[in-house]
Amino acid sequence: MEIKKHWWKIVCMLLLFYTIMAGFLIEVPRMPILNETIRNLFFHVTMWFSMIVLLLISVINSIRYLSSQNQSHDITASEAVNTGVFFGILGLLTGSVWARYTWGAWWTNDAQLNGAAVTMLAYLAYIVLRNSIEEEQKKARISAVYNIFAFVMMLVFIGVLPRMTDSLHPGKGGNPGFNTYDMDSQLRMVFYPALIGFILLGIWIMQLKIRLKKIENSKQNEATHC
Amino acid sequence: MNKIITLCFLLLTSLVLKAQEPEMADVFRKEGKIYVVIIVAGIVLAGIFAYLFFLDRKIDKIEKSNQKQK
Repeated sequence: MEIKKHWWKIVCMLLLFYTIMAGFLIEVPRMPILNETIRNLFFHVTMWFSMIVLLLISVINSIRYLSSQNQSHDITASEAVNTGVFFGILGLLTGSVWARYTWGAWWTNDAQLNGAAVTMLAYLAYIVLRNSIEEEQKKARISAVYNIFAFVMMLVFIGVLPRMTDSLHPGKGGNPGFNTYDMDSQLRMVFYPALIGFILLGIWIMQLKIRLKKIENSKQNEATHC
Repeated sequence: MNKIITLCFLLLTSLVLKAQEPEMADVFRKEGKIYVVIIVAGIVLAGIFAYLFFLDRKIDKIEKSNQKQK
């Protein structure tokens, strides 16, 4: 393994080790109800950002597939969704636990929560749709078109709608910029590295899945040629 | 006299307010047990990284052998 190609994986590891060390050690704002759980910011919120980045990669590759008909874009798009959904599920589970101990219920009827749930369903539908079409080209084309639709749905359901109603989530409800999150400079010092670390981790996993899929496909092609 | 009483009252309320500051795991930290959590989480993370690293290498090898076949 050459360092040139893999340096970002090392960055990813260093950032995440830093995250758990600084994440547990730094002084955090003392807030009622949240208390120490405010540290979940580094682990729960980052899951969602990682998911959003992976889904963005996916929709870009879907558009590239539609204009180039290159199958490798289709593989990237689908594996990015698979990894993104994985991070989304982690986000839902961690959020659920956090909500139980701060808001008092595993699930609340919060706009952000329901939006996240609808988003997950939209992407699960993408996976089901892909698996239900046999013919390769048709599968790639239809799922690429659906993916664009799903991405827009996600933006609306977790980026727009929660801001138009009241939400228990900090920063949602009303119209916040990134800066109005209840975050002080201490939290940011860990939050941003954690964000980059988890995004890189997501990309790493996605890349492994893409490479495996390509190997699988080439084996299948060989089998049909023989 | 009245002013002194007010002053004392204000001082007292400020003390009470300080005591009401949200509770954090300060004692837990003072005992150094937070390092146990960090070590455990670190081991889990290291395990995941090692897993990904070896998977990466394995896929590398398969890709190389596939290219040779062609």
